[in-house]
Amino acid sequence: MSAKIKRQMLFIFCGGGKILDSLLEIDNLRTQFFTSGGTVMAVDGVSYDVQEGETVAVVGESGCGKSVTALSIMRLIPDPPGKTVGGRIRFMGKDLLSLDDESMRQIRGRNIAMVFQEPMTSLNPVLTIGRQISETLETHLGISEEEQQKRAEELLDMVGIADGKRRLKQYPHHLSGGMRQRVMIALALACEPKLIIADEPTTALDVTIQAQILELMKDLTHRLGVALIVITHNLGVVARYANKVNVMYAGKIVEKGTAHQVYYNPRHPYTLGLLSSVPRMDQARGQKLVPIFGQPPDLTRLGVECAFRPRCRFAIDRCSREIPPLENFADGQQAACWRMHEIDDLKKETL
Amino acid sequence: MFRYIVKRILLVIPTLLGAAVLVFLLLRMIPGDICELKLAGTGGYFDKEALAICQKELGLGRPLLVQFFEWIWGVMRFDFGVSMWTNRPIIEEIGLRFQLSLEIALLATFSATLIAISLGVTSAIKQDTWIDYLVRLFSIAGIAMPSFWLGILIILGLLISTQAWFGEPWMMPIEYTPIWVDPIANLSQVIWPALATGYRYSAVATRMTRSAMLEVLREDYIRTARAKGLLEKVIINRHALKNALLPVITVIGIEFAFLMGGLVVTEQVFNLNGLGKLFVGSVSNNDYTMTQALVMLVALIFVATNLVVDILYAWLDPRIRYN
Ligand SMILES: Nc1ncnc2c1ncn2[C@@H]1O[C@H](COP(=O)(O)OP(=O)(O)OP(=O)(O)O)[C@@H](O)[C@H]1O
Ligand SMILES: [Mg+2]
Repeated sequence: MSAKIKRQMLFIFCGGGKILDSLLEIDNLRTQFFTSGGTVMAVDGVSYDVQEGETVAVVGESGCGKSVTALSIMRLIPDPPGKTVGGRIRFMGKDLLSLDDESMRQIRGRNIAMVFQEPMTSLNPVLTIGRQISETLETHLGISEEEQQKRAEELLDMVGIADGKRRLKQYPHHLSGGMRQRVMIALALACEPKLIIADEPTTALDVTIQAQILELMKDLTHRLGVALIVITHNLGVVARYANKVNVMYAGKIVEKGTAHQVYYNPRHPYTLGLLSSVPRMDQARGQKLVPIFGQPPDLTRLGVECAFRPRCRFAIDRCSREIPPLENFADGQQAACWRMHEIDDLKKETL
Repeated sequence: MFRYIVKRILLVIPTLLGAAVLVFLLLRMIPGDICELKLAGTGGYFDKEALAICQKELGLGRPLLVQFFEWIWGVMRFDFGVSMWTNRPIIEEIGLRFQLSLEIALLATFSATLIAISLGVTSAIKQDTWIDYLVRLFSIAGIAMPSFWLGILIILGLLISTQAWFGEPWMMPIEYTPIWVDPIANLSQVIWPALATGYRYSAVATRMTRSAMLEVLREDYIRTARAKGLLEKVIINRHALKNALLPVITVIGIEFAFLMGGLVVTEQVFNLNGLGKLFVGSVSNNDYTMTQALVMLVALIFVATNLVVDILYAWLDPRIRYN
């Protein structure tokens, strides 16, 4: 039975109404940093959903607010200087932004887990791997020490670390970067969360290891039915692993859709730029890679123009006067560009 | 770990030997002669013959190399000889004074460490709140105030307040009583200098704890610990403090060693007959044997404190332990 029919049936059985909530719904999220240089609009009205078990990618250049979005979901924005000033985050029916600290703590690591970019510094150097895994189990599941030990070994085995018993007694500095990232994944999976947020989980690793880690994450999330938000610079990753994609620019989502839509039929000049700046499999060999010229804008000084305009090859007058809203293009695909319907022609002209 | 400790202990030997050579040579380069001082002390005039006899008695005329090896040979058997000035065995002279200095240093260290860690951590967690400002004020005042000056304030305070409350001024005892003989007499003497030196000490250590804690709290692994949903007290005590303690331990060690050998002025203020006073006396008397013994003692204390600090480091930080 396809998932669609299943949903339809559930819908009917339960007598309609909005029962099929998404696992995570982010609605108009706004997070800012109040610094001496001004207010940084790091996340400025971001909305997206994550369904149970699906993989959603968030892509965009450095500094566009990907990590801040993720940390806002976890409510781990350092305050001061940061603060989530608006929006709503619903997770498993709960409004995360209005939860008290203790309830939020119980969700972290238990229902939403996170894998960070820097495996070399994300583990505590003075605690054993075993301790760092078992303390999560102890906090959230309250199981006995023997069970913790057994579960920890099982987790290491799951993420492909052999000889778990010995590894658990070791310290992070005994492990390579790739191994540490595996440990981070084991940590994330420890309490069987509903959602894992992976913030550039492979950026710091070398290329051969990157593929292994991504495969591992894909395999495990599929097998265990865990939803995954994967943050990345790399559109190749998106095409291969994600169901849906959100393209971010200057704190906003400028394009969203299925991986297929965004990859093969981009509507926003920024997405187009991203795609032509990385090599792709479906391209003729020898085709030139074109970097996006210019710099991302200063997030403390966003005017009333499209933030991408200064770097856009297709900009028109209107772009400097009105910020384009995120609008539907086709079934599920949305883009924030005044010229999203003309993109195909524009693309041909410039080639 | 065992090999690490053995290696560190073996390194102590060349350090002490170096200190021995240095003090031996430097002392003999200082102008002045203990015999001249001794003889002149009785009348301002001395005759050459008496001087020669005195120097012969003390063995000062012999070749330096002979003197040196004789001394080192004694040191290796824990025989430091007699003081050239008082003719009493050095071990005896140092004994009680060492106890006094050690007690003050331990008392100061203990209380300073307790205060520093609790205040430093609280201040870091509550950064930029009034608690933090209060703690910072406390520690800046402590660093700015020399301990002998605080000592003078304490004595004045004691005299004035006892005068006001009991009608007659009370002063701490001058004679040192070991704690197991009479704890009350002992503490009523020792607690004041410990307070005076301990304040500065805790101020330095508080600042260190605070800044180390602030730095550690920004580390990625603390964010990971938060993302795991650990309780805040576990994050502070298990994840942050253990990392932040490393630099604090160093500061505590240095300060402790300093208290053992360098409390000259504070001892003067409290009229204490401790190691510092003995040190100054023996140097100005050109009392070679006593000064040498004291320098070796202080060097040993420094080296031993360093060793303890290093072992604590290795115990706290596996990266050191396994290298
Ligand atoms: N603690 C902070 N204080 C001030 N500004 C911050 C802070 N953290 C993030 N920002 C700002 O928020 C914006 C978004 O940062 P974010 O870390 O989300 O970028 P990113 O998309 O994750 O980039 P990268 O790919 O480099 O990780 C940046 O402009 C950054 O300067
Ligand atoms: Mg980031």
